[in-house]
Amino acid sequence: MRDDVILQISNLSKSFGPVRALKGVDFELRKGEIHAIAGENGAGKSTLMNVIDGILQPDEGEIIFDGKAVRITSPTMAQKLGIGFVHQEIALCPDVSVAENIFMATTNVSRSFLMDYKALERKAADVLGQLSDINPATLVRNLSISHQQLVEIAKALTLDCRILILDEPTAALTEKEAQILFGIMRQLADRGISIIYISHRMVEIFDNCDRVSVYRDGTYITTQDVADIQPSDVVNAMVGRVIDDLYPKKQSEAEKSDDIILDVRNLSERTRFKDVSFRLEKGEILGIAGLIGAGRSEIVKGICKLEGEDLSGEVTLNGKTLDVGSYRDSIAEGVVYLSEDRKGDGVFLDMSIASNISALKPEQVANALGLIQKQREDEQAQELGDRLNLKCGTLSDPVSSLSGGNQQKVAIAKMLSVNPKLIFLDEPTRGVDVGAKAEIHRILRNLARSGVGIVVISSELPELIGVCDRVLVVREGRISGEVTGDEMTEENIMHLASVGGAQATIH
Amino acid sequence: MEDAVSLTGTQDTKADGPSLIRRILRMRETGLIAIILLLFIVMSFASPYFLTWVNMRAMVMAFAVEGIVVVGMTILLISGGIDLSVGSVTALAMVIAGWLFLNGVDPWVASAISIAACTGIGAFMGFFTTRIGLHHFIVSLGVMVIARGACLLGTGGRPLGLYTLPPEFKFIGQGSIGPIPVVIILFIVVVVAFDFMLRRTTMFRKVFYTGSNEKAAAYSGIRTKKVVFLTTTLCSALCGFAGIIYMARFGSAQPTFGIGMELNVIAAAVIGGASLSGGSGTIFGAILGAVLLSVVSSSLALLDVSVYWQDIIRGSILLAAVSIDHYLVKKRA
Repeated sequence: MRDDVILQISNLSKSFGPVRALKGVDFELRKGEIHAIAGENGAGKSTLMNVIDGILQPDEGEIIFDGKAVRITSPTMAQKLGIGFVHQEIALCPDVSVAENIFMATTNVSRSFLMDYKALERKAADVLGQLSDINPATLVRNLSISHQQLVEIAKALTLDCRILILDEPTAALTEKEAQILFGIMRQLADRGISIIYISHRMVEIFDNCDRVSVYRDGTYITTQDVADIQPSDVVNAMVGRVIDDLYPKKQSEAEKSDDIILDVRNLSERTRFKDVSFRLEKGEILGIAGLIGAGRSEIVKGICKLEGEDLSGEVTLNGKTLDVGSYRDSIAEGVVYLSEDRKGDGVFLDMSIASNISALKPEQVANALGLIQKQREDEQAQELGDRLNLKCGTLSDPVSSLSGGNQQKVAIAKMLSVNPKLIFLDEPTRGVDVGAKAEIHRILRNLARSGVGIVVISSELPELIGVCDRVLVVREGRISGEVTGDEMTEENIMHLASVGGAQATIH
Repeated sequence: MEDAVSLTGTQDTKADGPSLIRRILRMRETGLIAIILLLFIVMSFASPYFLTWVNMRAMVMAFAVEGIVVVGMTILLISGGIDLSVGSVTALAMVIAGWLFLNGVDPWVASAISIAACTGIGAFMGFFTTRIGLHHFIVSLGVMVIARGACLLGTGGRPLGLYTLPPEFKFIGQGSIGPIPVVIILFIVVVVAFDFMLRRTTMFRKVFYTGSNEKAAAYSGIRTKKVVFLTTTLCSALCGFAGIIYMARFGSAQPTFGIGMELNVIAAAVIGGASLSGGSGTIFGAILGAVLLSVVSSSLALLDVSVYWQDIIRGSILLAAVSIDHYLVKKRA
């Protein structure tokens, strides 16, 4: 073993019930390097990081930290070893000041009886100063998501870290903030601190990291110097096949239709979006791109009346004005929305698969007296489950017993149960493994072919580019442009999403 | 038509599965029945009086009326709410109807007005929780105290003796049809009706969706506030109904009746498998929970255990039941 290795993991396995999340993986982290971890959702990245941070205990395998074999039994112990973890999910106390949040861990071990708020704020200002001009006395509740993320990072910086784990830290940051973060990462690395950097964005990995390790389906694939390889090598290693196979065939010229399913004209909301106009043609899959907070979800939720105040504008569905007062009416008109937060509001985790699938219209599986016919409910679930290739034990199992991909299929089956005319899918493959992801994409394409309107919102640009025939880009509540055909590149979309462009005319 | 479909439909192996027996064994109700049976066997040896018709009848009478409140509470718990005011509202139902009766109102009309008033109290709480957005706990705590105060105010703190109640009215509380008391028949009707509706109707399915995940329910087009409003109202309405039965049974309206009832009722529902975080529970299970508590009380009384011990034991049963369930759920996950 080289002596500049701070963390060496070998043959690590971890199972959750029947699911083997990690199958004998290796990982090597050197002192002072920025080491990227790449892998699709479900590849085992989070499990591996949670093992390093002591949140999860491995079933087998060896962890050598700074030359000594260790068992990291809790996050507190990880902290003592000098391992800091900035989670993707923000876990701050909203009603407490920024300074107190940053020094929560230090306060926890502090020996003094009283809080010294002034000193706390001064120290917090020092740390924050490197990152941003956030006032340490502000309550976290009043910060934007990107500032909250910076507070999370500041929190980790105050610990005397030897290893810092950053899980998709730039997901909620602006370009400028991200660049500042990369600068700090490099400074830390120069001081000998090792950084584990998890990201889906190849550009970030190749611009800022030294080495990259790739994982797929719980197995370790490879570790390479970034200088020696190309982004496409990483992507291919991640998905395990050539990327072209990943997405279904797009709409052919012959399949193009002049029929308009959805026509949105000058849709505005009080604050969140303005003058949004677009069309969805029959047979096409329309993508909506944009940074988090740009208003992508808000626009489609506004159309189906899930949220939004003072909506104005005109929406027509198949040539008829869509006049709905609530989401309930919208479902009745055949316009449904698949939520981006599957566990939060997409499925009923502790309820059965069958009763999840019938949730949009339980009346459909009931008789005239309003009594649910279990047989019919099961038949409906069975039929839709088969159509989506749902893998489950029995239909009366709770949804929580399923993998992410299968949970998502239940959520999609729920949409299909009402024979919708138009489906808005918000992050349809978030937290779904590669195989199920491709299946979901095929399902979407088949639905579009059969005449159902499909609109996909996604933060994953490769997904939008691979799946959609046309992509609208939203920036600050307005449509900043549209790309189609060969123009559909990550660069073009990111450009429209971040710096804008002329308001594109709708063809 | 519907029946034809279900009869000729292909048998779905996935839906029924091979584990029907295992599923029954796993059910909360099965465990409770086993414990109750065990208590029966032990007690029939311990006390010759236990397995007599008189004792059985007394035991069922002891929880039958409260059982009606348990039904309302269980449905409310499933929808994600809770109601601490059930005891006071039940007493208030007696007091309102009794007061009206003493002031010359026909007892049936007085009862109807009283039940309507309790329903109104439920609607009032539903308004505070769903429209203003206060927590059920606080709202019902406030109403619990207010309703109790109203009881004492309306009666001067003394029970209202209703000696002139017509016999046909007293019949609901004191009469029997054949060997079976009317109270028990009313109880069984309410339990069976609501258990069936809760299991089978789309209306009550929405209660489960709402309690299981309110946001997901809203994202499924369910008007979750309306659902919670209705379950809150229903619970108080059933308290009103229970109060009237008590009045007919006692022949009086007692302003201090039902103090601490909320704990018994919530304990029964929770022992029977209702979750305080909503989304799960059955009427059948909750009633079994009530039966268990009642059998335990009766047994302790027959064994001459001090009344003061009874609360300690009841509380311990509640904690034990909930802990075991929590452990089993965690193990299964």
